[in-house]
Amino acid sequence: MGQTVFEPWNDPDEKPLIQFKNVTKRFGDFTAIDNQTFDIYEKEFFALLGPSGCGKTTMMRMLAGFEAPTEGTILLGGQDIAPIPPNKRAVNMMFQSYALFPHLSVWDNIAFGLKRDRMSKDAIAARVEEMLTLTRLTQFARRKPHQISGGQRQRVALARSLAKAPKLLLLDEPMGALDAKLRQATQFELMDIQEKTGTTFVIVTHDQEEAMTVASRVAVMDEGRIVQADTPARIYENPSTTYVADFIGDVTIITGRASPAGEGYEVHYAEAAAPIYSAFDIDLAEGETCHLALRPEKVSITAERPADRRNAVQGTIIDIAYLGNLSTYHVEIEGGQMVKAQAANTRRLSRRDFTWEDTVWLSWTDTAAVLLRE
Amino acid sequence: MRRFALIALPYAWLLALFLVPFGIVLKISLSDIALAIPPYTPTLDLSEGWAGFKDFLAALDFENFTFLTTDDLYWKAYLSSLQIAALATFITLIVGYPIAYGMANAPDHWRPTLMMLVILPFWTSFLIRVYSWMGILSTEGYLNQLLLWAGLISEPLVILNTPTAVYIGIVYTYLPFMILPIYSTLERMDGSLLEAAEDLGCSRLTAFWLVTVPLSKNGIVAGCFLVFIPTIGEFVIPSLLGGSRTLMIGKVLWEEFFNNRDWPVASAVAVVLLLILIIPIILFQRNEQKSREAEG
Ligand SMILES: Nc1ncnc2c1ncn2[C@@H]1O[C@H](COP(=O)(O)OP(=O)(O)O)[C@@H](O)[C@H]1O
Ligand SMILES: [Mg+2]
Repeated sequence: MGQTVFEPWNDPDEKPLIQFKNVTKRFGDFTAIDNQTFDIYEKEFFALLGPSGCGKTTMMRMLAGFEAPTEGTILLGGQDIAPIPPNKRAVNMMFQSYALFPHLSVWDNIAFGLKRDRMSKDAIAARVEEMLTLTRLTQFARRKPHQISGGQRQRVALARSLAKAPKLLLLDEPMGALDAKLRQATQFELMDIQEKTGTTFVIVTHDQEEAMTVASRVAVMDEGRIVQADTPARIYENPSTTYVADFIGDVTIITGRASPAGEGYEVHYAEAAAPIYSAFDIDLAEGETCHLALRPEKVSITAERPADRRNAVQGTIIDIAYLGNLSTYHVEIEGGQMVKAQAANTRRLSRRDFTWEDTVWLSWTDTAAVLLRE
Repeated sequence: MRRFALIALPYAWLLALFLVPFGIVLKISLSDIALAIPPYTPTLDLSEGWAGFKDFLAALDFENFTFLTTDDLYWKAYLSSLQIAALATFITLIVGYPIAYGMANAPDHWRPTLMMLVILPFWTSFLIRVYSWMGILSTEGYLNQLLLWAGLISEPLVILNTPTAVYIGIVYTYLPFMILPIYSTLERMDGSLLEAAEDLGCSRLTAFWLVTVPLSKNGIVAGCFLVFIPTIGEFVIPSLLGGSRTLMIGKVLWEEFFNNRDWPVASAVAVVLLLILIIPIILFQRNEQKSREAEG
């Protein structure tokens, strides 16, 4: 199994490429990064995901060498990088603003880093051509940055940071300026490049879908802390806190008190309502406050009570969000609790089964709801 | 109509303040010297009608311009003015660039103050400031007193009435014209460009040469022209600080007008000076145009 699945973080013999050890970064008395310890492995596509101002850029700038940790150490290939200035690190960064040199052509922008390495003219030219081909920019080589489109500029920035074949490539919101279609194309391009070059990527984004698409692991950040770092699937299916569950995708959080029942727990969320059962693997005490995280697509919406499900509640449709292929129903159940349920729009809109104010049954399997302590 | 008014206004301005005076000077330069008031001939007398105008035109010639080529004083003065202006511009650049750089990299809340300090000298009379340099640079001046007191020299230095004093005066006077355009390009520069350069393997110094300097090129070129152009015709600084040894065309012009009262030759000198200045002025305009296009 270890041969087919790329999970170096589960392999105790694997040496991490980057190690953060109790890293804290303060600006004045503001703590931007709060005592973080984590590893990033070679050939990983590591995504930092979080709201604006949570410290993603600061993390990258410490790796690139533009900021020094206030406390703790960062190791690159087992070596403390604190004394190494940015121009001596085998790390390249693609800046959030691209930071292309406006006075240089696309070609010279890409060659800029190579020329610093005292490579021969021919070797530089060959490498630049290679990068231009990779990023499909060959015909724009002679243009200046202001003569090409936003998407092309972004590819120049990518080519420039890739040209030196760094051990580690940092991408700070590389697709922030792109429209949805171009963004998707670029994401696949990035993954392709990563596969071809074997470079380790750390990518910053505040777009969760982007993180899910490209990353081998996603680190969800909040106020200078990594709350959870795991594969996209585990982040989505097994979030460690309600913050993570809420940040990634759509979710309903139901808060209540747990009481052990069989394999799992029953959660009492409202006086009169029947408890919700979840067979989720967690240790909770009798009566402990807990949260149920329920993904809308795991909730079925029917007119009649389904006979085979333990979790079934009745409610009224308050709102419907039409998303084209799907519709999200906002249903008010007992105790005023809102639950989101998603259904595929298999029929035309005019012949939809349910509409506003309809009384419906929501149901989900025993394993659908994730139980969380915080 | 509105459009016409908008365009007409600057042209009227140009006509009144530049072309008319230039036409008058050009006319005088084609006249002959005379012991009269005004001290040249012919003067246009419209009472004699068309014939009078024809006589007037016939009396004009290029004699004065030919004269400029016969006496080597003139071309030497032009050449020396160009040399002094070029070297002074270069020194101003060397002094001004670090100041502009420092201003652009100063903390935000300091910048208005620094800007004030650069502009402040303009609030006092130019003449007074040049005179005060005489007080500083003369053999009994403050500079010599200070150096003597500090024991750095035993004999007072002769600076006043030498070319050095002229350079000091020019650099001092025109420094703001160098600093301001360079500052404005440096201030607009995106700081992440330098980080990108470092990230790609540049040291701080190479990043400065490869990124900062090229990106401030427009400011450098603008500043150099703003210093170079007025310096060529400079008259006050060389005559107050330079003594008799400094040869500049502005001084020659003044002497022709007021010592020799030879208005026609003086006008010819001025016309040639203007022709010499047109080249750098056009180059300056093209640089401005190009930098506007690059931004737009
Ligand atoms: N140079 C700095 N000086 C002071 N505060 C800073 C500096 N850089 C970042 N910060 C602060 O640190 C926090 C994290 O910033 P940043 O890493 O840029 O966030 P993100 O990239 O996640 O949006 C922000 O609150 C920001 O204001
Ligand atoms: Mg950021």
